[in-house]
Amino acid sequence: MSAFIGKYAEELIKTAKYIATPGKGILAADESTGTIGKRLASINVENIESNRQALRQLLFTTPEALTYLSGVILFEETLYQKTTDGKPFVDVLLENNVIPGIKVDKGVVELAGTNGETTTQGFDSLGSRCQQYYKAGARFAKWRAVLKIGVIEPSALAIEENARGLARYAMICQENGLVPIVEPEVLTDGNHDVKKCAAVTEVVLAAVYKALNDHHVLLEGTLLKPNMVTPGSDSPKVAAEVIAEYTVTALRRTVPPAVPGIVFLSGGQSEEEATQNLNAMNKLEVLKPWTLSFSFGRALQQSTIKKWCGKTENVPAAQQAFLARCKANSKATLGKYIGGEGGDAAASESLHVKGYKY
Amino acid sequence: MASMKLSAPPATSQWIGGGRSTFERRVSMLPMVRRGAVAPIRAGAYTDELVQTAKSIASPGRGILAIDESNATCGKRLASIGLDNTETNRQAYRQLLLTTPGLGDYISGAILFEETLYQSTTGGKKFVECLRDENIMPGIKVDKGLVPLPGSNNESWCQGLDGLASRCAEYYKQGARFAKWRTVVSIPCGPSALAVKEAAWGLARYAAISQDNGLVPIVEPEILLDGDHAIERTLEVAEKVWSEVFFYLAENNVMFEGILLKPSMVTPGAEHKAKASPETIANYTLTMLKRRVPPAVPGIMFLSGGQSEVEATLNLNAMNQSPNPWHVSFSYARALQNSVLKTWKGLPENIDAAQKALLVRAKANSLAQLGRYSADGEAEEAKKGMFQKGYTY
Repeated sequence: MSAFIGKYAEELIKTAKYIATPGKGILAADESTGTIGKRLASINVENIESNRQALRQLLFTTPEALTYLSGVILFEETLYQKTTDGKPFVDVLLENNVIPGIKVDKGVVELAGTNGETTTQGFDSLGSRCQQYYKAGARFAKWRAVLKIGVIEPSALAIEENARGLARYAMICQENGLVPIVEPEVLTDGNHDVKKCAAVTEVVLAAVYKALNDHHVLLEGTLLKPNMVTPGSDSPKVAAEVIAEYTVTALRRTVPPAVPGIVFLSGGQSEEEATQNLNAMNKLEVLKPWTLSFSFGRALQQSTIKKWCGKTENVPAAQQAFLARCKANSKATLGKYIGGEGGDAAASESLHVKGYKY
Repeated sequence: MASMKLSAPPATSQWIGGGRSTFERRVSMLPMVRRGAVAPIRAGAYTDELVQTAKSIASPGRGILAIDESNATCGKRLASIGLDNTETNRQAYRQLLLTTPGLGDYISGAILFEETLYQSTTGGKKFVECLRDENIMPGIKVDKGLVPLPGSNNESWCQGLDGLASRCAEYYKQGARFAKWRTVVSIPCGPSALAVKEAAWGLARYAAISQDNGLVPIVEPEILLDGDHAIERTLEVAEKVWSEVFFYLAENNVMFEGILLKPSMVTPGAEHKAKASPETIANYTLTMLKRRVPPAVPGIMFLSGGQSEVEATLNLNAMNQSPNPWHVSFSYARALQNSVLKTWKGLPENIDAAQKALLVRAKANSLAQLGRYSADGEAEEAKKGMFQKGYTY
């Protein structure tokens, strides 16, 4: 069979296309309970449900911010939460033309016999979970596969295993009405240069698309969430234009035009860096048949969280910070961002954490 | 290009795809050979030239004239107009084609058979020079033909890897700048997974060797028209074939900015009950290409595979009604030469008319590449189908 055209095909294509609207992007607010706990801890806020709800409410009710977003990725708990007024978060988003998405993987586990490489869990009952999430209003999903660069990494095993996992996840999503965001993250950890990252990214993406094709995934109903091509975190930085060139070259060599949109992860870059890099990519005068946008977690929320500190009286200022980053990244998707507009010192703070566990 | 310091790999190195250990061995045998960058991001000695060549061939309003018929096949063409299959006649025929004035307005590349690459006009001018003068890239068929694939379902595979590197290097010296290798896939025979894998892998190996020797590889896995299957089946097979091809090309570190594709269009089988309109063919073909061809590939030059001259042009035209991420054009043999042969009939007094006939077809396909072709006024001869069951090239 060629690509699988199931009962949700038309809707998947429409949803994917909408999420890829130029000028919009995705807020990745799907931190697991453990991970969001780290964020809250960094501002001395207790990791309890009401605080997690408060943070997400702060984000989703920021006036005007939702105009710059086409989707928000949620963690399962958040999908079922409401505002303090009793309105389901899902409704808040939908009313503002923002599509709710849902993280469906269950984290990574190590591949025995490798040097700490991993595969992603989450297949058990994935189909019925997707159905539940669809009923709750979600229309896209996300699953994060992780690869690292080392002397002999990523190994052929890790690449094959993660690519296959992404393909299987993608197909199960499409069977159940959710657009799969395909995320093969190549970590920045290491002292390799940008060329090495480019080489690895190209090999990984080629394997991912081979697996998607083998599994009959309908590419028009998917989105890609790749890493940008950058030097390793322990290596000297390079200009945004260099990152843009290597990244777009890698994508032009691997991503078929049928894919409507590419939404980058920020992976530890500072808010400002991530925006500058995205902007540089969209300014490049070379043919890009997919839109290039953002699916940022830390790079959209860092300043906001620091301004909030868990205090109600800080909410307006925190929301201002969030709106500023949304606007900045929206401009970057159009190649129209002028540096420094989006914030202050916090915006330039690196968000890299070695061996980051999501 | 920044040079990379290479240190000895660890004893149990399992580099991605095993490429590095091979690369290391080669470098230690040839210490003076410097590569621009580690192989996986596909740089080599000819990188810039390959990109330029591919771009030149994929220029707007132009396509490829395929005249690489083997001597035996060329003999069939000559026989059809009552001529003997001698070198003189083959030379005369190719001279007619290659000295057509103004050909370069519509043709960006010409694929030659080995004999032709070394031939000259009766006036002593090398064919390769004639082409260069018209800004037409000379290309060369480098495969050694199809043979039965053991263990398959009566399918074929394409030979030609032995000595390919030195052949390519020789051809480059002689003036060729692109190569072509044609393998086939048969839907009535399956195709078997074995046949598809072999076709894709052979193409990938050929492509890497070509690029290593300065020739832009045209990648041609022809899905034969033979069969009574519906267009959906062709789409399925085409998606499978191209998925394998691109994966193996990537594994062989082929640089996509320096290749061209020569696919068959996605159509129903020749014996299928219903014919498909050019719009339907365009729709299915473009869907397939968008699902499989990364935008780094500069050009897609369709084969005609037995369609009539007008059909081939109409279908190409339908594919160019809106902008595509790659140049979508033609690489036609029969669909450009049929009327020419019939006009020439082997007589010197017909040469002018025959050359004009070539220009008519070339211009029609040029317009089709630009999406501006109309079939009004086409001769009946041009509409005659050229499908032959079990056609051997």
